[in-house]
Amino acid sequence: MNRSRHSLAIIQLLVITLILAGTAHAARISEITETSIGEQALRFFTFQDRSLRYALLGSLLLGISCGLMGVFLVVKRLSLMSDALSHAVLPGIAFGYLWNMTRDPIAIFIGATVCGLLGSGVVQTIRNTTKQKEDAALGFVLSAFFAVGVCLLTMIQNLPGGNKSGLDQFMFGQIAAIGKTDLYLLGGVTFLVVALVVIFYKELRATSFDSAFSRSVGIPSSFFHYLLMLLLAFAIVSALQAVGVVLVSAMLVIPAAAAFLLTDRFATMLVISAVFGMTTGSIGSFLSFVGRDLPTGPLMVLTAGTFFATALFFGPKHGIVARWWGRRSRALIVRRENALKSLYRVMENDDFQRDFIIVEEIATQRSETIEEVSKSARTLQKAKLIKISHDKKNLTFTATGWRRACEIVRNHRLWELYLTRAADFAVDHVHDGAEEIEHVLGEDIIRKIESELNHAKLDPHGKAIPGWEDISAPYTTPSSPTAS
Amino acid sequence: MNHLIPEFDYQKVIIDPWTSEFEFSIWIIVMGALVGSACGIIGNYLLLRRMALIGDAISHSILPGLVVAFIIFKSMSTLVMFLGALVAGVVTVVLISFIEKRSRVKSDAATCVVFTVLFALGVVITQLLAAGGSIHIDAECILYGEIAFVALEPIVEFAGIALAPAPVLRIAGVTVVSLLLVMAFYKELLITSFDTGLSKSMGLRTSAWHYGLMIALSLVVVSAFEAVGAIMVVAMLIVPPMFAAQLSTQLPTRIMLTLFHAVVASIGGYHLSVWLNCSVAGAMVVFGSLMFIAVWIYSILISKIRKVA
Repeated sequence: MNRSRHSLAIIQLLVITLILAGTAHAARISEITETSIGEQALRFFTFQDRSLRYALLGSLLLGISCGLMGVFLVVKRLSLMSDALSHAVLPGIAFGYLWNMTRDPIAIFIGATVCGLLGSGVVQTIRNTTKQKEDAALGFVLSAFFAVGVCLLTMIQNLPGGNKSGLDQFMFGQIAAIGKTDLYLLGGVTFLVVALVVIFYKELRATSFDSAFSRSVGIPSSFFHYLLMLLLAFAIVSALQAVGVVLVSAMLVIPAAAAFLLTDRFATMLVISAVFGMTTGSIGSFLSFVGRDLPTGPLMVLTAGTFFATALFFGPKHGIVARWWGRRSRALIVRRENALKSLYRVMENDDFQRDFIIVEEIATQRSETIEEVSKSARTLQKAKLIKISHDKKNLTFTATGWRRACEIVRNHRLWELYLTRAADFAVDHVHDGAEEIEHVLGEDIIRKIESELNHAKLDPHGKAIPGWEDISAPYTTPSSPTAS
Repeated sequence: MNHLIPEFDYQKVIIDPWTSEFEFSIWIIVMGALVGSACGIIGNYLLLRRMALIGDAISHSILPGLVVAFIIFKSMSTLVMFLGALVAGVVTVVLISFIEKRSRVKSDAATCVVFTVLFALGVVITQLLAAGGSIHIDAECILYGEIAFVALEPIVEFAGIALAPAPVLRIAGVTVVSLLLVMAFYKELLITSFDTGLSKSMGLRTSAWHYGLMIALSLVVVSAFEAVGAIMVVAMLIVPPMFAAQLSTQLPTRIMLTLFHAVVASIGGYHLSVWLNCSVAGAMVVFGSLMFIAVWIYSILISKIRKVA
């Protein structure tokens, strides 16, 4: 996907959310009165309450900014950094409250951002000036800052009016309490994140994957690292009201980790992650709205966790089920091809005198019972690679079966020859390597190896390598390979 | 703003906890020191294995373990709590390594995903149970515990002798056991922490020791949980060993320094909390962190002086 298409996708997302923003008008969640769960759900889906539109819009915006930032965290392996930073902003929230003794979103936003940046600065300083490892530095910032925040919060609660500060909502989040200013902040941060990601897409991608490379092509990678840290602090702080200090890192990391399981392309990952973020955000706030007392953060995280688990198991390419299935069918193919190979060898032992193979001979050569041989013969017949005679004593190759058998034997012997000639392997050391690679060598590589070896006809053990004539020859009357 | 920091009353802050308030404050201080010691002993090994944040993960995912154990056994006895914590700890570690090994997600993201989801699950179940009225655990208690409640617990008597409140006894037992285990398996823990290759060649099963350490960690965390909560337990695990690591490279010395740090941080933190009238556990962590910052600055100064000299 090129840059412009990707930008377009993100801008479209943004426009949709902004249209939604236009419909949202001022109303406080406190206007909502007690109702039953069914009515609550009805209200959610009919968008009766303006406050509900606030909550939904908030969770969509939050999903975009957290989803996009999370991609960088997952790719740069900074997930635990976000965990540390999200806890470290707690004293900033307290200071923001103390600024004029109200829950002023702007003051809290500034205080928390400053604290988050201070936290990432302390992590960096500890790493630079001590022998402490990164995990210890992160853990220290996480818990020490959080403890300062807890002390401040408990002190605030002792102040006159401090009990009603509502600061405890910042722990687990309550999207229902989201206000107009919160929304503006969320919208601003989301816009900033989207804009910067679109503008600096190439640079951010390069620094995320390979900072040495990006420095070598002249991208100031430490500048972009700090830019990311700043955006991360913004994303965390703006999401606090909705998700809470404790679980905001989950909203950053989980959608991105799920997206990581679904795609190999960076731009696609950004889009999927943002979409996951929006979906989990809105489902979480729906659940929180229906179940009145439940905090929003944990519900969003559980939703995101479900998405992640689904991607982990059922992802089309990297999912556990898909990988297991792939391994299984690969193993099946390898077994089948090995069986074909041994049939070829039986024919070769007879110098290709007969155009059929006697089941007993295979059994003797492979030291297997007749039943075992017939069983694997049946699977080969099912795959239309061989035919079993009516008395079940003889086998004949089909055209495809013969071709594949020749190819496998050719691959094996060519590889052995290549190893002995080009890589100086001893003749008795080449079999095992060839045994594995014979199933995966493609025609292109075979052509290259053949010309490298001057189209040699004999393998290191003196056996004939089936040539192109044998493979392409229709299998009506198999002649012996030309070289033997 | 003026009322935020109360006036420093020497009598109230420094003298009273050791005289008129002694009965009340001593158990809180002892509890704090024991939590710091037990966590710090295990924390030393976490730090060596660069697994400090696994401590963070387990301290969070203990919560669903406790809640589920409560639902199954309908009891909050020590045994049930330990069982729940143990299972939760092992499940966390197994899930993290499952995701890490079976998918392309790296260990940091895997850790973050697992513990946040488990913790969220725990919070939601707790809230549902609280709404149903069967237990009351408030969110703040989960997050930062309430160490001051220790002093309100009835004192357990044994053979007619008044010993200590139950949580103090529990954490004391865990501290003694972990100290004994560390002494008994000193060599094995040291080698498996530093050099997996060597330990495998000596016939030590590194993964068994890893899981053993994780189980010990879960037990320590659960007994510290009610006092300091899910997040500040991380500080108890990490800060004392970091303090010790700044001062010494010898593991036995580090463990002694950890115990020293735990005791001093507990006493200092308690006084701080009396002065500021704030969360006791929070103040203990703040004091302990200040101790780390002090030795950190000290070591920077020393190295500067050495450079000049």
